[in-house]
Amino acid sequence: MHEGSLTGLPSGPYKEAPSGPNDFAIKLANVNGTGSASANALLMQAIFRMGIPVSGKNLFPSNIQGLPTWYEIRVNASGHTARTARYDLMVAMNAETYAADIAEVRWGGWVLYDSTGPLKKSLQRPDVTFLGVPYARLCLENFAGARERTLMKNIVYVGTLAALLDFDMSVLSGMLDEKFGKKPALRESNAKAIQIGYDWAKEHFQCPLPIRLERMNATADSILIDGNTATALGALYAGATVAAWYPITPSTSVLDAFKTFCERYRVDKATGEHRYCIVQAEDELAAIGMVIGATWAGARAFTATSGPGISLMGELVGLAYYAEIPAVIVDVQRVGPSTGMPTRTQQGDILLCAYASHGDTKHILLFPSNPGECFHFAVAAFDLAERFQTPVFMLSDLDIGMNDWVVPKLEWNDAYKPDRGRVLTRDEIAALPKFTRYSPEDKLAVAARTVPGVHEKGAFFTRGSGHNKLGGYTEIPEEYAEVMERLSRKHRAAAALVPPAVIEKRPGATFGVITIGGCDLAVREALEQLAARGVKADSMRIRAFPFGDDVEAFLASHDHFFVVEQNRDAQLRSLLVLETPVAKEKLRSVLAYGGFPLQARQVVEGILAQLPDIEDPDFADRRERPRRAS
Amino acid sequence: MSYIRKPVARHPSLRANALGLTLRDYEGAMSTMCAGCGHDSITAAIVRAFHETDTPPYMVAKLSGIGCSSKTPTYFLSGAHGFNSAHGRMPAIATGAAAANRALTLIGVSGDGDSLSIGIGQMSHAIRRNVNMLYVLENNGVYGLTKGQFSASADPGSKSKRGEPNTQQSIDPVLLALSLGATFVARSFSGDKDQLVPILKAGLAHRGFALVDVVSPCVTFNDHDGSTKSYLYTREHQQAAIEMSFVPHREEIVAQYAPGTTREVAMHDGSLVRFSKVPDGYDPTDRRMVMDWLLEHQRSGAIPTGLLFLDPDANPEMHAASKTPEMPLTDMPYDKLCPGSAALDALQRGYR
Repeated sequence: MHEGSLTGLPSGPYKEAPSGPNDFAIKLANVNGTGSASANALLMQAIFRMGIPVSGKNLFPSNIQGLPTWYEIRVNASGHTARTARYDLMVAMNAETYAADIAEVRWGGWVLYDSTGPLKKSLQRPDVTFLGVPYARLCLENFAGARERTLMKNIVYVGTLAALLDFDMSVLSGMLDEKFGKKPALRESNAKAIQIGYDWAKEHFQCPLPIRLERMNATADSILIDGNTATALGALYAGATVAAWYPITPSTSVLDAFKTFCERYRVDKATGEHRYCIVQAEDELAAIGMVIGATWAGARAFTATSGPGISLMGELVGLAYYAEIPAVIVDVQRVGPSTGMPTRTQQGDILLCAYASHGDTKHILLFPSNPGECFHFAVAAFDLAERFQTPVFMLSDLDIGMNDWVVPKLEWNDAYKPDRGRVLTRDEIAALPKFTRYSPEDKLAVAARTVPGVHEKGAFFTRGSGHNKLGGYTEIPEEYAEVMERLSRKHRAAAALVPPAVIEKRPGATFGVITIGGCDLAVREALEQLAARGVKADSMRIRAFPFGDDVEAFLASHDHFFVVEQNRDAQLRSLLVLETPVAKEKLRSVLAYGGFPLQARQVVEGILAQLPDIEDPDFADRRERPRRAS
Repeated sequence: MSYIRKPVARHPSLRANALGLTLRDYEGAMSTMCAGCGHDSITAAIVRAFHETDTPPYMVAKLSGIGCSSKTPTYFLSGAHGFNSAHGRMPAIATGAAAANRALTLIGVSGDGDSLSIGIGQMSHAIRRNVNMLYVLENNGVYGLTKGQFSASADPGSKSKRGEPNTQQSIDPVLLALSLGATFVARSFSGDKDQLVPILKAGLAHRGFALVDVVSPCVTFNDHDGSTKSYLYTREHQQAAIEMSFVPHREEIVAQYAPGTTREVAMHDGSLVRFSKVPDGYDPTDRRMVMDWLLEHQRSGAIPTGLLFLDPDANPEMHAASKTPEMPLTDMPYDKLCPGSAALDALQRGYR
C-alpha cells in the first residue's frame, strides 16, 4: 500500500491484535444503485444499538447506478473505529470485483458470496473460508419482480450476517418496525428476507463465527449522525436565516438537512410562513455573494461547498475579508485538484482556505474531527464571523460529512445568545457625532459596523477598493497600509477565541505528533499501538487557525514532530512553518491522501519508517530518559 | 417606520417632499465622471425618482459592481448604505441583502460590461428569481475605465473610436430579460429625463425585478461617427414608443381612464402605471407580443424606448416564492429561530 510511507524507506513491521468478539472489520462489496446502502446502514445501526462502538464507511463511486461500491464496518470494543483495511469478512456481492475483494481478506478470514453459480477456481484461496449462499436462487424462489429480488438480496445477506455475527434479533426486528411501521407489506417482505438468510446460515454454517458481536453498553449516551447533518443543525441552532448554495458532492447534504430542519422547526404553523430563506444559487460565485449580501444586511448566513466551490468563491471571499463582512463557509473537502475524486475524502483545502483570494488575505479556519464537533464548531463559526467581521471557514471532509459516526449526544445550552459582534443599534448611531466604518477599533482590532435600514447617520459606502480607516476611498499608501495592519492584528486576535488545540501528553514521550480534523481516531489508535511497543509520543490536534499560544508552546516542547494529514503537500505542516516560529526541520510528515479515510496502520508505519532518521545519538539518549521539562 | 430629517435651511425653490426632504437630501458626493457623461444624467434622474417617491434614504441600499456606472451610487443618496462590490457580482449580493431584509428598497446600478459580460449569469438569475430591486443598466456599449474596448452590447458594425468595426453580435438586455420571465422591462435614454424619471419611480414601486436599460453615451470613448451608442445616433434613432405616467398610491385614483390613456396596470403597492401612448395593437402586458414587436422594430436600427413590458403578476417575487413573512428575517428574534435543547433531545431520539 503506497499511502503509508512516502519516505522511500521500508515500512516498519506492523502488528495488530488478532480479531475476535467485538473486534473485527467487514467489508461489503456491492453494485451501486441496488439498494445495498440502506441494508449496510441497517447493519451498522444494529451494532450501534447493541451498545458496541462501531463505524461505517461508504466508499462509493461518483455515479448513480451500476458501478462498484463498498461499505466497511469496523467494530471495536475499545472505541478504535478509524478505518482499517484488515478485513476479517468480505461480503462479496459484486462479481465484477470478486478478484480484488477476495484478495483483500486477511489470512484466516471469511468470504461470503453468492453461490448460485460456481466460484471460479482462480478466485479460491486456501487460507480463507468461503461461505456460499445461493442468494440469487433464494430471491428468485421467494420474491417476485426483478427490482424486489435485487433489493431483497441485500436484506437476505443481512440475515446471513445476523446469524454469522450473532446479531441481537430483537434489535433488528425493532428496526424493521420503525422503518416499515406504516408499510406492513414491506415490513413483512424484509422480515422474510432476513429470516431466509438467517435460516440458511444456521443450517449450513457453524454460527456464530469467532468474530461475533457481544452486547455492550458503550453507546447509550451516543447518537448516530453524519457531519453534514450535524453542521446543518449547528447552523439552525446558531440562528442562520439565509443559506445560499450550489449543489456539489460531498457538501450537498448540508443544505438538504438544513432545509429539512427549517421545514420542521421554522415554519409558522398558523400562517405557513418560513423563518428562513434558502437560495439555490446559479454557481458558487453567486452563493458566496448572496451570503455576503445577507450578512451585510444584518442576517446570519452561510454556504456549504467543497474544494471546487472554494476556488470559485475566492474572489468574493477577498471582498468580505477586506470590506470586513461576516460569512460562514462550510468546506466539506473532497479529493482535488480540479474535479479530482468527488466521492473520496482528503484534507487538501487547508492552504487554499487559509489564504483564499488575491492580495494579502488570511482567514479564520475551524477543523472539526467528527460530527459532534461539526455541530459545535458551526455555531462557533457564526459567532467568530460576526465578532471578527470576516469569513470563517469550517473544513470538514467527506468522511466526516457523509458517513454516520457514533458521537456523544449533542448538548445545547439554552442560555446561549448569538455573539453578533459590534453592530451599532439605532440609538447608538444617533448618539454618535459621526459614524466611521473602520475606526475606532476595540481590543480585538475590530471596528463597529452598521447595517442598512437602521439610521441615516449609519450610512457608509462598503467597497472592495482601497479605503482608509474612515471608510473613504483611498490610494494613499499610508492610509491603505493602516487598514491592512489592523486586519492583520484582527486575525491574530482571533487566536485567543477559536477552539484550542487538543493536547495530550504521555509520560516518557520523546517526540510529538500533530494532526488535524478527521485524522483524529486513526492517530489516537496509532499512538496507543506505538506506546505499546515503547515508542511514546505527545499529541496535538489542531482545531483552528490562527494558531494560539497553546500550539506554539507545544511546538517548543520537543525537538521532533510528525505532522499527520491527508494531502500530498503537507499543507498543515506548511501552515505551521509559515505561521509559527517553529523550525521546519523539526516537522516531518506522515501523509495519506489517496482518498480513503486514514488508517492507524498508515500512521504507525509512517512514523516508524522515519524514526531512524531522527534517532541520532542524542535523540536515542533522550528517549531513554524521562521527558525533559518544556 | 419612518424617519423625518430635521428641517434645514434651504433655497426656497427646493420643494420638500412628504418626508420634508428636498432634492439635496437625495444627492451624493460630487461626480467624477467625464463632463457630459450620460451616467450623470441618470444619477440626476435617480435622485429625482427617490425624492418624488418620498423614499426614506436610510431604507435604501444602493449596490453596484465595477465599472464607470458602478461608481455612480456614490453620487446619489448619501444617506443610504452603499455597496460597491465586485465586477459582475452585484446581483448576487443584492439577492442576499433582499433575502435578509425585505423592507429595504434596493437599487442596483450596473453597466453593459458588468451586466452583459462578466455578470450576465448573475443578472439573468436575479431576473429568474424575481428579486425585488430596481436594476439600472447604464448602457454605453464600451468599456470606459479600460479605455475603449467593445462591450457585449455594442452593435455589429458599430465602430470603435479607432474606426475598427465590431464583428460580434450584441446582447440586448431587454430581449434577454423578457425571455427570462422579467416582470418589468424598460429602455430609456440618459438624455430623456422626462421619460426616465417616471420609469424609475414605477420601477421602485414594482414588487420584483425591474430592469431599466438606459442608453447612456460615453462621451470619451463612444460618442463618435459610426458608433450606434453616441448621443447623435441615439437622438436620431430613439423612438419614445411607449409613454406612461406613474400614479403613486396615495393619489386619488379615478375610475375612468385619464384622457388619452390606453391602459392602466395596478402595482402591488396600490400605485398605478398609466400608459398614455402605445403603438397600434401594442399590449405592454403581453410578453410574446412585446418581444415580436421589438424584434420587428429594432431590425431597422430604431431604438424603441419606454416602459416596454409590465406584468406584476407574471411571476412571484423571491420572497413570495420563499414564503417568508413580512417581517424581515433580520428582525426575527433569536428565540423564533433556535428550537432549544428540548427539541434537540427529542430530535436525537431518532438518531439512535
